[in-house]
Amino acid sequence: MSKVKVARKSTRIDMTAMSDVTVLLLTFFMLTSTFVRKEPVQVTTPASVSEFKIPEVNILSILIDPKGKVFMSMDKQTDMVETLTSVGKDNGVSFTSAELKKFRILKTFGVPIKSMKAYLAMTTEEQDKVLKELGIPTVKDDNQFKDWIKNARATNPDLRIAIKADQNTPYKVIKDVMTSLQDLRENKYNLITSLKKVSDQ
Amino acid sequence: MSEIQTNDTGGKKKKGGSKQKKISVFVDFTPMVDMNMLLITFFMLCTSLSKPQTMEINMPSNDKKITDEDKSKVKASMATTLLLTGGDSVFYFSGEPDFKDYNSLKQTSYKADGIRAMLLKKNAKAVSEIAALKQQKLDLKITQDMFTKQASAIKNGKNTPIVIIKATDRATYKNLIDALDEMQICNIGVYVIDTISKGDRFLLKNRETKGAFSQVASAK
Repeated sequence: MSKVKVARKSTRIDMTAMSDVTVLLLTFFMLTSTFVRKEPVQVTTPASVSEFKIPEVNILSILIDPKGKVFMSMDKQTDMVETLTSVGKDNGVSFTSAELKKFRILKTFGVPIKSMKAYLAMTTEEQDKVLKELGIPTVKDDNQFKDWIKNARATNPDLRIAIKADQNTPYKVIKDVMTSLQDLRENKYNLITSLKKVSDQ
Repeated sequence: MSEIQTNDTGGKKKKGGSKQKKISVFVDFTPMVDMNMLLITFFMLCTSLSKPQTMEINMPSNDKKITDEDKSKVKASMATTLLLTGGDSVFYFSGEPDFKDYNSLKQTSYKADGIRAMLLKKNAKAVSEIAALKQQKLDLKITQDMFTKQASAIKNGKNTPIVIIKATDRATYKNLIDALDEMQICNIGVYVIDTISKGDRFLLKNRETKGAFSQVASAK
């Protein structure tokens, strides 16, 4: 019997199909996803059955952490700059164009207006460290939160307000924010929640 | 697949028949795949696919100019007041508060057999009507627009219960969302978030002390 000849096969794998698939996946991810915003505090939103999706543009989101610190973020950079200038004017602080430029790129802001100048002079790493300890004052006699909302509304009348709060935030803080909004006649706003199915349990 | 065969004539042509030389260009896609995988991983980690859900609420204006006449009066018999305290318990009473009897304030939980069962029972008529409407929509008898229109008409109709939500400072944001959620599940059209009053605090304390508080208050 003669030996069976084993044909030498090339180990080369054609990667074209694989490449096709990966490009397809990449396109899908690029088109459907949105970038995660950097937030100074970790917030777990409570679950709700509401399935209403938040619109993407003209959002002013208010972030409230479990300790009751209030931060804000806006999606339009031009609005942010205008709001800062007018809030500064109300509180007797003026900003240079270099400072405004730095403010533009901030993802989330939440600093008492008096320390805003010092905050903007810091590097990004320092800002991240410090921001956790700060927050916009909402106390009665120094309610800068109101100023921010008022001026943000003045710059962009189409603004939608969305509140994103941690599920363990005491109601007292939420109440303060809500009454501040009510005082400004902002009676319609969104509460950001995560999805939960209606269960019978 | 990734081979390109070119018919090269071999540069210089010789006299007589030309010799054709076949050159196959094989493109290796492995680095391309590597790079794509890297990009996919990046996108998967740095982006979020789902947009956050929201709950839209309308708060009443606290404008002082509004006179009592403009305010919509709530029929006491239709109103239910929820008092959210910390933890998992929620207290409720129907109609006017009864300061004498501490048993008028009932305790329940956020679970399905607690507050939801109570509200569903109160709103039974609207709930069954909306369920029928939903079935019609599923059978494609009515459109989405008609459904939302009719559903809101049922929810805001006469003789539907009205819920007043009052939260104490001990309550958390989760409690509030849970309560608002129940409004949606139980198809309650009219509900209000109100600040807690002295009377409500009294009721809670009275319940805690099992009526001793009201006896002390009446003795004074």
